[in-house]
Amino acid sequence: MNWGSTSEFFAMGGYGLYVWGSFGVTALTLLIETVLVRKRYSDTRRALRRELAADRENQE
Amino acid sequence: MSQRLVNWFKFASPATFYPLAGKAWPWFAALGTAFAAVGLWISFFVAPTDFQQGEGYRIIFIHVPASWMSMFIYCVMALWAAIGITFNTRLSGMMSSALAPTGALFAFISLWTGALWGKPMWGAWWVWDARLTSELILLFLYLGYIALTAAIDDPRRADKAGAIVSLVGVVNVPIIYFSVKWWNTLHQGASVSMTKAPTMATTMLWGMLIMALAFWMYSIAIALYRVRAIILERERHATWVAELPEMQA
Repeated sequence: MNWGSTSEFFAMGGYGLYVWGSFGVTALTLLIETVLVRKRYSDTRRALRRELAADRENQE
Repeated sequence: MSQRLVNWFKFASPATFYPLAGKAWPWFAALGTAFAAVGLWISFFVAPTDFQQGEGYRIIFIHVPASWMSMFIYCVMALWAAIGITFNTRLSGMMSSALAPTGALFAFISLWTGALWGKPMWGAWWVWDARLTSELILLFLYLGYIALTAAIDDPRRADKAGAIVSLVGVVNVPIIYFSVKWWNTLHQGASVSMTKAPTMATTMLWGMLIMALAFWMYSIAIALYRVRAIILERERHATWVAELPEMQA
């Protein structure tokens, strides 16, 4: 075990800003990408469903 | 004999690939999460403090895997480009466009974490070093691919133009890789070499490899998810799309 306490863990031996800045931004950007991709898919699917439903109504 | 051969071109059809990608991505996402959990645990709790760089070196566990990923994704895009140009398959261009944003993101992460590592160790966020500059060019190549393909309205023509950019730009990947050998760089040499035994502690190496696997799985999962959206966007007038269960009212 490397860390005596939680505050020691967050301090990262004085490199806290750099280490957490790296891991934090990586986690955040991957999360944002995931949210955006899910939104792109669900938006496309919703628009298509509406389009197809309108087509079916027109045919009836 | 011919019956036993798998017809790979069948998978190149968006109608076959769409449901396949839908079934596959959750597995890659789950594997990615598992590898990330183990990798992060090694990064912070198993790997010992570095005798020179203290705790600051822990940035390596994302910096190196993200840099590998940014180069590897570009090579995969170039491969899809070559397949697309040779066989004129529609899926190739869709896969390339599905990979490009993730590749660009990893190139950005590589530069960002590099800056945060460079500041405390070298005293500078950025230097015009061969390794850093060629990685920056890689980010610009990704952005160029995305901008170019977005600027062309006809998706098939956009795919062709994008394929040319990927194939021309792939020359930059070996330049990044060998930059630390060819030029005198401030950036340190390769952490892991294919010809020499690794010079780092085994736990550090394992941490890096497992984080690299986590990024791999993440990239595959997100590219499969994105390609499903791209397939729907491009094939919206196809009968098979209208017949999909998720399209029924």
